[in-house]
This record gives sequence, structure tokens and C-alpha cells, in this order.
Amino acid sequence: MTNPISCEQDAEAAQNVRMRAATWLQRSQFWNWSEADQIELDRWLAESSSHQVAYIRIKAVWNRTERLTALRQSANPSRKNGSRFGRTFFARAIAAAAIAALIGFTGIRYLTGTVGTTWTTSVGGRRTLALPDGSKIELNTSTVLRINGDQRIAWLDRGEAYFQIKHDRAHPFVVIASGRRVVDIGTKFLVRDDGNRLEVSLVEGRARIESEKVRANTQAAILTPGDVAISAGGSFSVTKKSATNLANELSWRRDLLVFDNATLVDVATELNRYNQEKFIIADPNIARRKIDASIPTHGVQAFKRVVRDFLGLRVEDRGQEIIVSR
Amino acid sequence: MVEAPEPDRESADLVHEKLVVATSDLETWFIREVLPLEADLMQFLRRSWQNGSDLDDLCQEIYIRTYEVAREKRPRPVRPFVFTVARNLIVDRARREHVVPIEAVADLDQLGVAVDAPSPERNAIARDELRLLRAAIDRLPPRCREIVVLGRIEGLTGREIAVRLGIPETTVSYQLSVGLYALADMLFGENVTGGKRP
Repeated sequence: MTNPISCEQDAEAAQNVRMRAATWLQRSQFWNWSEADQIELDRWLAESSSHQVAYIRIKAVWNRTERLTALRQSANPSRKNGSRFGRTFFARAIAAAAIAALIGFTGIRYLTGTVGTTWTTSVGGRRTLALPDGSKIELNTSTVLRINGDQRIAWLDRGEAYFQIKHDRAHPFVVIASGRRVVDIGTKFLVRDDGNRLEVSLVEGRARIESEKVRANTQAAILTPGDVAISAGGSFSVTKKSATNLANELSWRRDLLVFDNATLVDVATELNRYNQEKFIIADPNIARRKIDASIPTHGVQAFKRVVRDFLGLRVEDRGQEIIVSR
Repeated sequence: MVEAPEPDRESADLVHEKLVVATSDLETWFIREVLPLEADLMQFLRRSWQNGSDLDDLCQEIYIRTYEVAREKRPRPVRPFVFTVARNLIVDRARREHVVPIEAVADLDQLGVAVDAPSPERNAIARDELRLLRAAIDRLPPRCREIVVLGRIEGLTGREIAVRLGIPETTVSYQLSVGLYALADMLFGENVTGGKRP
């Protein structure tokens, strides 16, 4: 057989090489592909057998999935609207969410008549819904959102969503979460429901927030840009946030978490929302240490390094838990 | 690098843009004969080499050696050849790292009998390819799946996907790469009957 030393070099790179191969292939299939690109690819392939083998393998999987295109014709011959594509594949998620939705049904049916569609994301997931009227809803990690048939009422059952709503005076868009109702008056706003705490941040335009049950309740407020309404444990308050803070809160839309002067425990809690591995700050004294940080939403490894190398703390892996201590 | 494609089904389909990619004679052979062994190969590697993080590297190395030999002359029959390459590679490694995977070597000797048998998984694949593909797509992370579905099933371009979902083209591009990478692992590397990797 060949010299084992060479295999060590290749071994280092196998996953990288396969990822590179996948990138080459999808680039050639989904994007503008010029003569120069082809030359570059050919050059990459000529560099080693490893590149060639990885590329053959990825070509093979590409060609194999060709069969899936059959689903398009047979399933939805005329549908052009993208909001319902590939429903078969989401069937399981929808079924799971439907069970969750059943719990909240009683008060809802008479309001809407139709049940509409449930959209979910898993831990670390993110998705954007484009509504037919041009409105956009971005779902953050671990979120359940239902939208009624005419797409003007949304229930945030869990998690966080950023709404960019095309205003329609005759049919205002309403978001219901944790017993509160947010009615848009031409708006971009963020709604986050942590279970025991609801936060509505207004980014642009205006919105009204009121109690869901009693419409003429005194607890109604008009939100203007920078306003953050917080409802927790029966109390309700509106505070102002700086544009920077607001931008930081929306950074998940770029797969990033940005913290200014945040405590270590806050950073860990936030990062835990997006990942299966959970940071646990074992020592209350270090939990209150303040840091500034920019971390990718999936940056578990990066945060481990920061905690260990820059803060000089101990990091211990215990399966799904990462214990941080002094 | 791309030799003249064989006048078979694959090249005939080329008129449908973005459906299939041309493969050379050697590549077609590799796809037909070697890649279907990956599930069994990975299972074998898992059993005989405890360091799980190395498995992809070992597999890749086996492919490289097989491919380089096949460039000169196609080994026949393929299955025993590939497993012999695997065996030699593991023995090499064990010697170099002063680890002696005794069970592995013992296992390998018994394997000599079994390597000729056609694997039941291959038949399962042939029987229910579409169901298998759908299950694989199903297991992609939600965001990645959405993008792959739009691209591969709905036939949208990268730019169209970005516009439709209101996300940057770089994100679409990255997720398509990730999706293909994951699909390759699922469709070649996992035993259909045996379920996922540990």
C-alpha cells in the first residue's frame, strides 16, 4: 500500500474536502457559472485524488436526488405560491405543533373560523415566512407560530418572531401572545415569549398593545420606535431602548448574538436558546461578571474558548451540559 | 478532468439543466460499485477503529486508494478489494499509533468470508429509493431542509431562493452546501436497516 504519511495529511482534511466539494457542486448548479469558474473547479480537482473522490461522491448524491423532482410535478402541478411548498416534509413538525396548538384551541375557533397554518422551528432553527401581501415574519429558535386562513392574525405560542408587516388599514395585522394583543399600525416589531415573560419591541412605525381578553382595558399602550413593552407576572410596563440595543436584539436575524455589558449568565442563557449543549454557570460570583461579546448563535465552541482563554475560567464538558466554574 | 460521458442514461438526461451532472466512465464505475459499500464500510470502521472522529478520514482515504488503483485497472470483484484496503489502512494506522485493535483484526479475518455477500441494504435501496430520499431530506435541519427543497424539488435558483425567503444569498449558498454534505453522509454512509450512527 501507499506511504501512510500521506494518508495523515489527507485525513486532516476529509471533512473540509467534502464540504468544499459540496460547495463547488451547488455553486455550479444554483448560481451563475462562468468559464472561469469551471477552470477554477478543474484546477481544484486536478490538485489531488482526494478532491476528485469527494467531488464524485457529491455528484453521485446530487444525481440521486434528481428523482425527488418527480415530487414537484405529481404533488403540486399548478401551485406557484411558495408559502406551502414541500408540505409533505414538514408534516411531522406540523403534526407535533398541531397537538401543541390543540391546547389553546377553545378561545380561538370562534375568533377566526379557520385554523390556518402552524409554523415551527427547532432549537437553533430559524425561518422566514413570506406572506402573499409582501409582509414578512422571521421565526427565531424554538418557536411555534400559527397564522389564520386570511393571514392577518398570528399566534405566537412560543419563542420569538420579528414581524415586518405591510399595513392594511381595513385589515390590521394582529399578533396574540401570552394573553396580549399587538395590533400593527404600519410596523416592524419583535415579539418574544419566554413563557413567563412577554416582550414586544417596536422597531419602526406604530403598534398598539392591549390585553387579549378585555378590549377596552386600561392596559393598552401605543408603541413608537424604541419602545419595549414588557409583560410579566401580571405587571405591564413600557420602557425605551436605544437603537443600538434594539439592533443587538435583532442580531439573531444574522445568526449572531451581540451583547453590551451583559452578565455572563445572561450570555449563557441566550446562547442556550439556540443550542442543544447548555452552558451552566456553576458559581454565582462569576455569573454576574460583565462582558461585551459577539457570538454566532451556534458558537458553542467559540464561547467555550472565550470563557476559558479570556476569562480564565474552568470549562468542563458533561455530555449535553457545559459547566463553567472558577 | 471530466472525460467524455458514457452514452448512457446519465448523459441523456443532461438536456434537463440542473437535473444531473455528467460523470465520466471511471466516475460512473465508482458511483455504481464503490459508493454503495459506504454504509457497510462505515459500520466496519466503527467496529474496528474506536476513534470516531477519524472515521470520515479513513473512509475518504479508502476511497482515494481505491480510486487511484481503479484509474489503472478496475479491481474486480470490488467489495473484497475495498475491504482489504480498509484492513490494510487500519493495520497501518494501528502500527503507527501503537494501538493494536485486536478485535478489529480478528473481525477482519472473518470478514473475508462475508465480503462477497450482496448486502440486503442495497436491495432495500433499490426497492424504495424515493422513500429513502424523502426520509433523508426530512432529517435535515429545518432551515437547511427548506432551502434544499426549494432548490432541488421546486427547481429554484439560488437567487430565487434568497428572494423568496428574504435571506442573503450567502446564507442560501452555505445551506445548500451543508444540505448536500449531510445528504451524502445519510444516503451513502448509513445503513438503511441499521439506523443512524451513534
